[in-house]
Amino acid sequence: MAHENDLNLKATELRLGLPGTDESDDMVSTANNNKRASPESVDDSELKANSAAKSAENETSSASKSHIVGWPPVRSYRKSNLQPKKEDSETGMYVKVSMDGAPFLRKVDLKVYNGYTDLLKALESMFKLRIGEYSEREGYKGSEYAPAYEDKDGDLMLVGDVPWDMFMSSCKRLRIKKGSEAKGLGWAV
Amino acid sequence: MVNYFPEEVLEHVFSFLTSHRDRNAVSLVCKSWYNVERFSRGKVFIGNCYAISPERLISRFPRVRSLTLKGKPHFADFNLVLHDWGGYVYPWIEAMAKGCTNLEELRLKRMLVSDASLELIAKSFPNFKSLVLVSCEGFTTDGLAAIASNCRFLRELDLQENEVEDPRGQWLSCFPDSCTSLASLNFACLKGEVNLAALERLVARCRNLKSLRLNHAVPPDVLQKILARAPQLVDLGAGSFVHDPESETYNKLKNVMQKCTSIRSLSGFLDVNARCLPAIYPICINLSSLNLSYAPGIYSKELVKLIRKCKKLQCLWILDTIGDKGLRVVASACKELQELRVFKSDPNDVGNAAVTEEGLVAISAGCPNLNSLLYFCRQMTNTALITVAKNCPNFIRFRLCTLDPITPDAVTMQPLDNGFGAIVQSCKGLKRLSVSGLLTDQVFLYIGMYAEQLEMLSIAFAGNSDKGMVYVLNGCKKLKKLEIRDSPFGNMALLADTGKYETMRSLWMSSCKVTFGACKSLAEKMPRLNVEIINEGDEMEGGSDDRQNVEKMYLYRTLVGPRKDAPDSVWTL
Repeated sequence: MAHENDLNLKATELRLGLPGTDESDDMVSTANNNKRASPESVDDSELKANSAAKSAENETSSASKSHIVGWPPVRSYRKSNLQPKKEDSETGMYVKVSMDGAPFLRKVDLKVYNGYTDLLKALESMFKLRIGEYSEREGYKGSEYAPAYEDKDGDLMLVGDVPWDMFMSSCKRLRIKKGSEAKGLGWAV
Repeated sequence: MVNYFPEEVLEHVFSFLTSHRDRNAVSLVCKSWYNVERFSRGKVFIGNCYAISPERLISRFPRVRSLTLKGKPHFADFNLVLHDWGGYVYPWIEAMAKGCTNLEELRLKRMLVSDASLELIAKSFPNFKSLVLVSCEGFTTDGLAAIASNCRFLRELDLQENEVEDPRGQWLSCFPDSCTSLASLNFACLKGEVNLAALERLVARCRNLKSLRLNHAVPPDVLQKILARAPQLVDLGAGSFVHDPESETYNKLKNVMQKCTSIRSLSGFLDVNARCLPAIYPICINLSSLNLSYAPGIYSKELVKLIRKCKKLQCLWILDTIGDKGLRVVASACKELQELRVFKSDPNDVGNAAVTEEGLVAISAGCPNLNSLLYFCRQMTNTALITVAKNCPNFIRFRLCTLDPITPDAVTMQPLDNGFGAIVQSCKGLKRLSVSGLLTDQVFLYIGMYAEQLEMLSIAFAGNSDKGMVYVLNGCKKLKKLEIRDSPFGNMALLADTGKYETMRSLWMSSCKVTFGACKSLAEKMPRLNVEIINEGDEMEGGSDDRQNVEKMYLYRTLVGPRKDAPDSVWTL
């Protein structure tokens, strides 16, 4: 075929050795000599136009790459269903728990609990106490303890008023209040 | 010679032929064999639902029991094809309901499936046993309810990665108490709640249940109860795996898992607390397949601990959070690995993909049986690819995807031509290849020269000139599907060998340099091809300018001419 004369077949000959071994020296040096490892018969102007276009593309910030439709090729189902957890560290969502009168603080991972009941049961078991039942009107009845938490603004809030997810994202620290201080959180004993 | 054997004998002999290709070949021998074959053919595979009509299918294979249909072109997965392009299954079901009610199995991929279609299936095929829907859309859980209610012998309901509307129906409760035949149930892709009590009862009465994949709405305590009832499971997809490792539920789950010694395939973990993973350690040693690619929040440390125990693993799908380091662990632990897929953990962000060529090289060195790869990576080098080619000559599927589609060799800054060249030269059985990175016409020269068994090739942002495409069309004799985007291939390449397209299933070209005029002349010349132009914008105002570049072209061979269900924005020339 005519174009075989134009092709530098030696340069394109494949070997499976690493570049730098004797066999593939030819391959490497040819690759280094040409801007592109392509047959010389490719039209030069087209080559230049293409390389110009490609280097221009390279120069535009990689931000533009993110706008290529359909790249990287990930199935739309996968895209919409994989929720990457960036901020949640692998160590979970740990918050300190303090209890008045306890010698040291504890830490709990909010992520392992399914909801308030779970969390309160765990706290009861951890501190060997009873917390009582939550009601919107009266807070925690039936015990001298009440669970409270500090939110993002630093305010002390009663545990249980807001939906669990909202609580998880705003809770910075838990405090188990006791006795008279519990009363201070605004309900009758 | 021809009539030595009576038909019953021929039929019996043919019954040992299970591959479509063998059966197709046999039907070409002579008229008598053609007839015996067509009456005994039970399974038919149709790779492009527009290549043939349902009526012709039924008239040739009147006893078909199992039908596989594929609709939209592959690039539809990446939002490159209009939602309403086509691929409707309804006409097929309608035709089968009239002419072929023995249908038992229907497997659909990338098709539009309406609730009406599902309802028609439920009503029309008394022996219906198996429904497998992959990447389909257009249906809701109402359609599933119809299937559950009416298909008395249903054995398999397998929903993979479909977009399903869930209007708060109770489809799972629609399985009647008399339904005990389920062997495989996969509803992992459903977004809504399911009736948990109904699920538990269903599992309890289906003693043959081998494969169960749950969605995120099935909490760990229900999972534990299900596993206690179904220790015979071979394939499990856990839904939610978030709970307190100190809890009673977790303990029960751990105990029950230990008894599930038949589980060979594990997936799901759609919601997971990594500290609960030790519950599955006991079954890791038996696993041959592990898919954690939808499990967010399992980071490298836990992943690695888990995978180290999976010594018999053959198939692994994970996220790139595993990192090169994690891949080295896979390479040292999973010596029998055959298939590896590493997905981006953050598909919406052009962030830092966490695996590079190093991870791949490590895998290739540790896992010589590797034959199937899908690898999303930040960078690649020719050296690495050459090494991989040397270590793993058995690749059948090799799909590489660099984050930047035209990234060069990360070390030499050269094109990746030689690396991919080494792959095609070494892997003589390669059937599917996706290339990416900076690539010139050279890589296509190599592909045309060496990839003799190649059936599917995906090209994006590659090549310099028409020659690239021509090398492939001339060289790859077994090519069936060619899909190209954003590459400088034009009319010369498109028209170089028009007869080739009749030997292929389809060709997709988008954002290339092909003009209307060329597409029109191709369509004129080849009446047995449908040449479709997909227009999304307002390119078509005032008729087409022949010299204008076509944004998206999809052509495929067909025996039934232009389709009648194309939307306005799709022109068949």
